Amino acid sequence: MASLVIAEHDNKTLKDSTAKTVAAAAQVSTPVHVLVAGADCAGVAEQAAKLAGVEKVLVAEGYNKMLAEPMEALIVGLSGGYDAILAPATTNGKNYLPRVAAKLDVPQISEILKVVSADTFERPIYAGNAIQTVQAPAGKKVITVRVTAFKPVDSSGSAAIENAPAAADPGISKFVGEELSKSERPELTSAKIVISGGRGMQSGDNFHMLEKIADKLHAAVGASRAAVDAGFVPNDYQVGQTGKVVAPELYIAVGISGAIQHLAGMKDSKVIAAINKDEEAPIFQVADYGLVADLFKAVPEMEEELTKLGY
Amino acid sequence: MKVLVPVKRVIDYNVKVRVKSDGSGVDLANVKMSMNPFDEISVEEAVRLKEKGKATEVIAVSIGPQQASETIRTALAMGADRGILVKVDGDVEPLAVAKILKAICDAEQPGLVILGKQAIDDDSNQTGQMLAALLGWPQGTFAHKLDIGEGQMNVEREIDGGLQTVEVKLPAIVTTDLRLNEPRYASLPNIMKAKKKPIDEKAPGDYGVDTAPRLKVLKVTEPAKRQAGVKVKDVAELLDKLKNEAGVI
Ligand SMILES: Cc1cc2nc3c(=O)[nH]c(=O)nc-3n(C[C@H](O)[C@H](O)[C@H](O)COP(=O)(O)OP(=O)(O)OC[C@H]3O[C@@H](n4cnc5c(N)ncnc54)[C@H](O)[C@@H]3O)c2cc1C
Ligand SMILES: Nc1ncnc2c1ncn2[C@@H]1O[C@H](COP(=O)(O)O)[C@@H](O)[C@H]1O
Repeated sequence: MASLVIAEHDNKTLKDSTAKTVAAAAQVSTPVHVLVAGADCAGVAEQAAKLAGVEKVLVAEGYNKMLAEPMEALIVGLSGGYDAILAPATTNGKNYLPRVAAKLDVPQISEILKVVSADTFERPIYAGNAIQTVQAPAGKKVITVRVTAFKPVDSSGSAAIENAPAAADPGISKFVGEELSKSERPELTSAKIVISGGRGMQSGDNFHMLEKIADKLHAAVGASRAAVDAGFVPNDYQVGQTGKVVAPELYIAVGISGAIQHLAGMKDSKVIAAINKDEEAPIFQVADYGLVADLFKAVPEMEEELTKLGY
Repeated sequence: MKVLVPVKRVIDYNVKVRVKSDGSGVDLANVKMSMNPFDEISVEEAVRLKEKGKATEVIAVSIGPQQASETIRTALAMGADRGILVKVDGDVEPLAVAKILKAICDAEQPGLVILGKQAIDDDSNQTGQMLAALLGWPQGTFAHKLDIGEGQMNVEREIDGGLQTVEVKLPAIVTTDLRLNEPRYASLPNIMKAKKKPIDEKAPGDYGVDTAPRLKVLKVTEPAKRQAGVKVKDVAELLDKLKNEAGVI
């Protein structure tokens, strides 16, 4: 039949995670349609229409923050025409998609890493310390996609854009407000380089040292849970099993011990570098390049050296 | 208002799991088991609501083997009032858990159900949202802060871009994130007291729910292992390697 991908966007820009989810969807069931639900999101629909392999884009206005309850009604209403419904495993996708699965009385397959065949998938369990291969029963498949595991489709397509049929808002939830982290740096989950700090950073102020390096390398800044819990940086910096999963070209861990929950979020990075004063720190077991040093000496030195090298 | 808190018995978060060599699953024999860490946060939040006079009774529910009664005892020692154990051996998928919880909600009529955002064994992050859909209730997932009013509640949520606040009508579902609170340790007197608190034992059949898995696990394997690399002597060597050997800066 077809698959439906729910687009991730901020009403202006289509996120890369959508193009990656389309790549996964194309392996499950074709043609691929994309649903753009938002507010004044016509521009996003146009971007989605360019994704290679997408046949049709459906636009639904009136879904400003993609609240889970109206999204459930909208997607369930559309589900008849699809045998697979996929969303990126972002906090949005994780919020609304299980509701859809429950309403359709099918299991959700969370955070797939690989499409083995149209009904068989690989997914991580136990913080990625084991990989499960699961086969879905006959019927509709509801899937969230770990986007770091898929390459985005390119923008060579030209799909038709249509309005999605309206669905009633159950009217039991409403958006009140948000406090978004503002940053000129690339997003954590799509940056080519990520530099993260842990408890060893000692304070939020000290994170400025990492930011200076991030600015030179066009990197994003991340953190361990301990650094977030201590209030050094906001929650959305957390990398790990229960935070964000990243897989950049280069991940630099500074003052992070390397607990399994942290490794779960970064061990698929291409190259890992670690700076830690404890040579026994578990992070060194996964690091390609380990520097045993006091970060308060090494990080400023790194900034200087980068300047010298012309960064 | 009654508050229902589902608590799952899982492998302790400090244990390094081992995949069985026959690919059938992970080795849970003689491994330390504990309450799912997010569920401790849920119990703590529910008990605080009771202490603030917003909740009248806190009910801990676990779906699992007989030993899951220990997980319920832990919740009782933290301050929950009574427990319900729905006895099932073997894995129960989130959808089946949600269906059992729905039936319990129909019977108990709680004003709020607080679940963990994710069980650290299956890493599904589904059950709370599924329960909300089955009940037709709103949800505040990945909760960072709760503010309960009359007939409604504001939930501040941890989202990818930062924090978001939604207002939901009660009754509602909450799933907890790490920063919602710091769970207490049960005191010895409270552990003693918990032994006398009642735990009702049920079976999935009592709720008309079939717990047979829908997904077929074909195999469980170990992920590709990373090799430890080299130690560099100083920052200059590190940058040289990153630039000239790895070519990533
Ligand atoms: C349910 C649950 C979910 C979790 N989810 C996550 C998650 O998603 N992400 C995550 O990161 N964690 C998560 N954790 C927490 C995880 O178990 C660890 O506690 C956490 O990752 C530790 O953070 P850290 O490495 O910064 O701190 P620590 O373990 O305290 O390590 C600090 C490191 O800094 C080094 N250091 C100190 N000072 C210096 C210095 N001057 N120079 C150089 N090095 C120095 C030390 O040698 C040490 O290795 C979770 C835990 C639980 C229970
Ligand atoms: N077997 C279970 N018994 C009780 N609660 C459960 C069970 N399975 C899941 N839950 C609840 O659902 C949450 C999310 O689990 P999951 O959707 O499996 O990641 C957990 O934190 C628990 O609160």
